[in-house]
Amino acid sequence: MTTAQEHFHAVHTTAGRPNPARQVWALVRRNLTHIKRQPEMLTDVTIQPVMFVLLFAFVFGGSIAIPGVDYKEWLLPGIMAQTMTFSAFIVAIGLNTDLGKGIVDRFRSLPIGRSSVVVARSVSSIIHSMIGIVVMSVTGLFVGWGIHEGVLRGLAGYGLLVLFGFAMIWVGILFGSALRSVEAVQGVMFTTVFPITFLSNAFARTDVMPDWLRFLAEWNPISALVQALRELWGNDGIPLREGAALPLQHPVLTTVIWAVGLSAVLAPLAVRAFVARTND
Amino acid sequence: MSGAPAIEAVDLVKRFGDFTAVDGVSFSVPEGTVFSMLGPNGAGKTTTVRMMTTLSRPTSGTGRVAGLDVVRDADAVRQRMGLTAQSATVDELLTGRENLRLVGDLYGLDRPTVRRVADELLERFSLDEAGDKVVKEYSGGMRRRLDLAASLVATPPVLFLDEPTTGLDPRSRVELWGVLRDLVRDGTTLFLTTQYLDEADQLADRIVVVDHGRVIADGTPLELKDRSGRASLVVAVSRGDEVRAAEEIVRSEVGELHVDPDARRITAPAEGVAALTRIAARLDEAGIELDDIGLQRPSLDDVFLHLTGHRAEETADAPAAVPAEAEEAVR
Ligand SMILES: Nc1ncnc2c1ncn2[C@@H]1O[C@H](COP(=O)(O)OP(=O)(O)O)[C@@H](O)[C@H]1O
Ligand SMILES: [Mg+2]
Repeated sequence: MTTAQEHFHAVHTTAGRPNPARQVWALVRRNLTHIKRQPEMLTDVTIQPVMFVLLFAFVFGGSIAIPGVDYKEWLLPGIMAQTMTFSAFIVAIGLNTDLGKGIVDRFRSLPIGRSSVVVARSVSSIIHSMIGIVVMSVTGLFVGWGIHEGVLRGLAGYGLLVLFGFAMIWVGILFGSALRSVEAVQGVMFTTVFPITFLSNAFARTDVMPDWLRFLAEWNPISALVQALRELWGNDGIPLREGAALPLQHPVLTTVIWAVGLSAVLAPLAVRAFVARTND
Repeated sequence: MSGAPAIEAVDLVKRFGDFTAVDGVSFSVPEGTVFSMLGPNGAGKTTTVRMMTTLSRPTSGTGRVAGLDVVRDADAVRQRMGLTAQSATVDELLTGRENLRLVGDLYGLDRPTVRRVADELLERFSLDEAGDKVVKEYSGGMRRRLDLAASLVATPPVLFLDEPTTGLDPRSRVELWGVLRDLVRDGTTLFLTTQYLDEADQLADRIVVVDHGRVIADGTPLELKDRSGRASLVVAVSRGDEVRAAEEIVRSEVGELHVDPDARRITAPAEGVAALTRIAARLDEAGIELDDIGLQRPSLDDVFLHLTGHRAEETADAPAAVPAEAEEAVR
């Protein structure tokens, strides 16, 4: 028996016991290292939303706004909600890239919890999106946005954003597992999730929309989140339309219901898609 | 657990829809030995490895690693085996060291051990200088070595390697063989798939040859080569319109032969150097121009041609006539 073998047997006997929390943390750190090594991965939550702020505030702003009301302040919660919705993209692309590279096979051949990879991907995507929310908040402060209702309501708004982000993760796991390539993920999600964020009150007032469009926009879960943020933060310079759909009358509660409901429906589908993709 | 095989498969079957990728494969690998599954692309090697390493569920049949069922005791199996998959499974954006530490963390080794094992493995695989470079900058050979190192972090007693040297340059290949031999010397049981007979020949105690998801032969490297009829005679004709004439001459000297008109190559079982000289002289007499003539050691191709009656790379239908000896091997 060589020294190498003795040594390796020694290691084997000290081999620790798999610990789910540590596995998730190790994988989150790995995902964040990716961002550190490829900072351009962050453009989706930095340059892109900042561009939207500038575009809408200064280009379209004039035609959407009401005289005397600060459209930028009203707009910012909308763009933050959109950024958080795009967590779905971030999860889907990250997961799909890993699946395509076979690194998930490496992880699955180790004695780790089945869900660790997905949980870690979700956590790091939320962190990724939160970086974007911080960037948006700072940008907002520069263009005159602010939180006017105190710290607690301010934090409650951020809490709602994160909660909504967790619901979007299931969408990401579903698309990321079901589609076969990163290009497919980008194509399909760009043509679905992206327009859905615009079919809302994020950028434009619903009272000037045609009936059918207003119906869709006011029942859109994103609109509830946006309205909740506007109310919590005092960014509702443009008042809610008289007789707006029920969800917008109670936006905080509705956002929580949407987040929990979407998770309840999508989680089993997402898990099934992931398991199907990683078996065989 | 001496006596019990380290790896065992009984009638493994894997179907994808109505396509059968693995069609009743059985084998048994004693502890501390090297077992090689040899076969062309699409033979079912990766599918077999995936089933044995818990990544894919067998449609039917049983796989056992270290006496544990790969389906029922999947978690326990994962603690006892390492896998170096066919496509690299290291993280390109992490450094070599970070990759190994990640695997150590996932196994739940304590932190000082994780650090020490990562450093030691980097050194052992001559990656210590590149240890802090991101893997994207690694050569193919370095990636392979890192991939292998990652499989060894928890020193599994059983190691599966799926085509570990495919795509490597000859030098890296020989280096990797050296590493594998060291592992075997230290008591690891190896299961290795390959498309190259010489690789199986170099490393394996026992080989199964697979094609279309079935075992078509089984034996020691020596037995297989004997069965496939020593060396072959290869004649490469310069001009396409002389292939037929050359074929006539070769046929009159040897029995069966294989002609590849596109490559202008005639292959036949070698009947010794005397036959070679005779054939060369007669071709010369007939004024047939040659690019090359000589004896070739048996290759996977020859083994295949002999065992199945079709060439390895042909996607021919199931072999028309499986030789009796191969039939026996399946049982
Ligand atoms: N997930 C899958 N779905 C359908 N067919 C598959 C799948 N995986 C492998 N196959 C098919 O099974 C056969 C064996 O593949 P594989 O095990 O990868 O062969 P090898 O590793 O020997 O080259 C091939 O014909 C391949 O196309
Ligand atoms: Mg393969």
